[in-house]
Amino acid sequence: MAAPLTLLLLVAVTVRAALYRSSLADLISERVEVVSPLTAWKRVVEGLALLDLGVSPYSGDVFHETPLIIYLFHFLVDYAEITFMLADVITAVALYLSVKDYNKQVFRKQKYALEADRYPLDCLELIRSPKEMQYIPLKVAMFYLLNPFTILSCVAKSTCGLNNAVIALFVLSTIKGNVLLSAIFLSLATYQSIYPLTLCAAALLYLLQRQYIPVNLRRFSFWWFVAQYAFMYLGSLFVIVGLSFFLLGSWDFLPSVYGFILSVPDLTPNIGLFWYFFAEMFEHFRLFFLCVFQINVFFYTVPLSIKLKEHPVFLIFMQLAVISIFKSYPTVGDIALYMAFLPVWSHLHRFLRNIFLVSCVLLACSALFPVLWHLWIYAGSANSNFYYAITLLFNVAQILLVSDYFYAFLRREHHLSHGLYLKRKDGSEATLVLK
Amino acid sequence: MGLLSDPNRRRALISLLTRLNAPICVVCYMAGVAWFMGLAFEPFTLRTYMSENAMGSTMVEERFPAGERALGTGREFSAHKKKAGGMPVDWLVKTMQSRGLEVFTQRFSRRLPFPDEDKERYMVKGTNVYGILRAPRAPRTEALVLSAPCSPGDDNNQAVGVLLGLAQYFRNQVFWAKDIIFLVNEHDLIGMQAWLEGYHHTNTTGMDWSPLQGRGGSIQAALSLELSSDVVTSLDLVLEGLNGQLPNLDLANLFYAFCQKIGVLCTTQGKLQRNDWDSVSGYSHAVQTMMLMVMKQASGRPWGDHGLFLRYHIEAATIKGINSFRQYKTDATTIGRLLEGMYRKLNNLLERLHQSYFFYLMPSLSHFVSIGYYMPAFGLLALILLLRVSFQPRLLTTYLLTDGVPGVLSVLTPLVISHLTGVALYTLPIHFQEIAVEHFPVSETEAVVLTAIAVYTAGLALPHNTHRLLTGRGTENGWKVLKLVAVLYLAVLLGCTALINFSLGFILALTLVPVAAFVTPDVPKALSAFIMVILSPACTLLFSVFLFQELQEMPVSFLDGWMLYLSVISQGILDHALYGSLVYPLVALLVYPCWLLFWNILFWK
Repeated sequence: MAAPLTLLLLVAVTVRAALYRSSLADLISERVEVVSPLTAWKRVVEGLALLDLGVSPYSGDVFHETPLIIYLFHFLVDYAEITFMLADVITAVALYLSVKDYNKQVFRKQKYALEADRYPLDCLELIRSPKEMQYIPLKVAMFYLLNPFTILSCVAKSTCGLNNAVIALFVLSTIKGNVLLSAIFLSLATYQSIYPLTLCAAALLYLLQRQYIPVNLRRFSFWWFVAQYAFMYLGSLFVIVGLSFFLLGSWDFLPSVYGFILSVPDLTPNIGLFWYFFAEMFEHFRLFFLCVFQINVFFYTVPLSIKLKEHPVFLIFMQLAVISIFKSYPTVGDIALYMAFLPVWSHLHRFLRNIFLVSCVLLACSALFPVLWHLWIYAGSANSNFYYAITLLFNVAQILLVSDYFYAFLRREHHLSHGLYLKRKDGSEATLVLK
Repeated sequence: MGLLSDPNRRRALISLLTRLNAPICVVCYMAGVAWFMGLAFEPFTLRTYMSENAMGSTMVEERFPAGERALGTGREFSAHKKKAGGMPVDWLVKTMQSRGLEVFTQRFSRRLPFPDEDKERYMVKGTNVYGILRAPRAPRTEALVLSAPCSPGDDNNQAVGVLLGLAQYFRNQVFWAKDIIFLVNEHDLIGMQAWLEGYHHTNTTGMDWSPLQGRGGSIQAALSLELSSDVVTSLDLVLEGLNGQLPNLDLANLFYAFCQKIGVLCTTQGKLQRNDWDSVSGYSHAVQTMMLMVMKQASGRPWGDHGLFLRYHIEAATIKGINSFRQYKTDATTIGRLLEGMYRKLNNLLERLHQSYFFYLMPSLSHFVSIGYYMPAFGLLALILLLRVSFQPRLLTTYLLTDGVPGVLSVLTPLVISHLTGVALYTLPIHFQEIAVEHFPVSETEAVVLTAIAVYTAGLALPHNTHRLLTGRGTENGWKVLKLVAVLYLAVLLGCTALINFSLGFILALTLVPVAAFVTPDVPKALSAFIMVILSPACTLLFSVFLFQELQEMPVSFLDGWMLYLSVISQGILDHALYGSLVYPLVALLVYPCWLLFWNILFWK
């Protein structure tokens, strides 16, 4: 399997390198769909210039990346293109390895369940075979590397690629069962953009499951493990933040990075839901709606964790999707990360209902973004409502996509425990309805 | 959400759609066309009204007196133009200076990609002369432009005369709050392009021009004047700009309001408006006017010197003086008064014109159809594509699972090949003109056009043969997937086009949607191939040329029409190279390959 992966990596790197050399690179790096005020490379360069002049990079209102990123690029600024390509490669490889490992576990679990005769007899067609699972890791890597969204994001040198790499490494270390590394990468991801904090629940559930510790609030072993993980997570977060303080010599970055993410002062249009709403709103409602909007990302963690406590990896996928939909400055790079997981759930396709419609809508929206942007900004004949309408449609489509997968996943689990051909009490064929 | 989640209702809906697919499609198509034709019916349209308050209620009194003197200046200009054999730069500079303007010149030169036979030019060198009247009343942050072209021959001398007359008159008024720039541009749009690029410090088309020495504020609005006779019978308003962009409707309203006030006959598309909308002839007159506007907008070329302003967010229109055989004539003084009134109202603007519509069609100067009314016509046509897609949603996944890599290849190959053909159509004509001129007895322009037609025709033969060679036999599902991809592609393409340029999107949808809906490998080959060729983009253009002539009441014979067709193609390529019009690349790189996909499906083996 190494040869196809290597080939894939080569193709991906070639495409990116070619695009870096073309005139498109400048155009792409200006697109609001691809870069946000947080991740724009232009702003990183500005921050670097300020740093070189001995001024705090956060003194203006331009730079909002974390101190570690700016010190990383302090050394790597000449190799920026290679760094971003490398970040994509790392993400892809990490996802490849973690999905491979995850599939092995899924298969093992399925074997045990089969041996214990836990599946109803008519569910045999739902059982997954090693043959169909063989190419899934490769498909995951392909979905990430050759996704136009990822390519755009990488060519625009959006630092989103680096965040994705950190999250992918977190997924890998979690699935491999390495508690310390998982905590460290999670704290790095949190440090980068706060929102990955919600992945904490999924990671805990997975690690508990792996160590055969039951999720039982009355058991000491459960609390002991949670405390251990929390200690490692908070400890490494503390170290990273402290390191940033010592590198920079001031706490400037806290309001400038995290305040910026949470209070959303920059209303540059993007593919998210925040900008239009907050541009239109009366000032004295702002705090209230800020809380309402931000709580979206964190709120779904609780019900999803309860519902999916047996399936933490699916929970990770759901959380990543929720983050990329509801975060304050989303870019297409965030979407690419959770889309990379779609092949993992390819066995659900018989239960998906709207996937065709939704993918058509996503496709059409992606084409309409630049068109409506042109009409609004350059031609001056349309206005922000046109662009926001497409943003809204795009996000609705994403939500439908995710909830479709969620439904399909739950339905498959339901069939696995109750049989595929459900009968009503009177013997007629039953249908499952989501209400 | 019930529809999306309740499986029973979904099944019922899907079965309904599959069973009645063909009739629904036909009904949609008819409804789309009927809706479009209904747009010109007066009770369905809105009356134009002034939305901008700054231009609405304020009183303006027009007092421009010096029409005769302006015509005299025009004659003087004509004499100097003849003597100089082009733009009489020195005379213009002197005259403008004597009228109290700050005068500057700009030189520009441009080599066309191939000779323009319509306007007989290849190496273009020229000079723009412009004078700025500085605003006495306000900081000079905003400006208005009045331009007149310096045309070869005896055209538009009167326009320059009126422009200079107005400059002299405006200079003595104290109420100007915006700079007024009087521009005489040489070589019509090329000069205008050079001047605008110089004014905004951009260079999008690689033209050579000297930088502007004097600038005014940011330009709010511009009018371009074309006047070739001492008296006119009516004034015609031209709105269509580059890529089908239109100025804010308030500019048209302003023109219409002043024509009513002063009592000048005004037209749009050269058609007077009629009051008998309830009679058949009145309705067909309105349809003609609207269709002319649609045709002009769809062509994507600027139909007057104003067309390039729109790209810079400047609302602009061209006012054309027309002298026909009518009793009632309007003299230059009245035209001057009309322009004075319009500029004084524009002078009152507090912000850019944005209150009124940007997307509209005009069946007459006093009525308009806004985007909310005309989009459903396109929507009904696009709905057919969506209905055709909906017939087998599971196709894609099952196909990818069963046919695997060779299956994907057999769909990917036609996609790639047809796009390569599109790239060839886009690049070859200009690059191969020299070789073609060497080997065939044709001029450069003919070479370009004929190469384009040759590549286009060759594309019909090429793709379906090669794809069979590459991947062997296509499967039954193969063409279905290809059709699915092609229909989706067409839907997105037409949707985006219709948003930017409704007319172009609608005309393309009229011809391409039926093709997309009916074509399968099972239909009779020869007949379908004939129908497809008839409905292909090139033939659409040919029909449009004839229809346009017919609508203008200047029908042409087939041979003349064919010559016109050739010149339209060369003009389209030139417009792209000179001003960045997007129609040619759109058709060559996207629409034509998309059509080729359907052609491919027809010959799927």
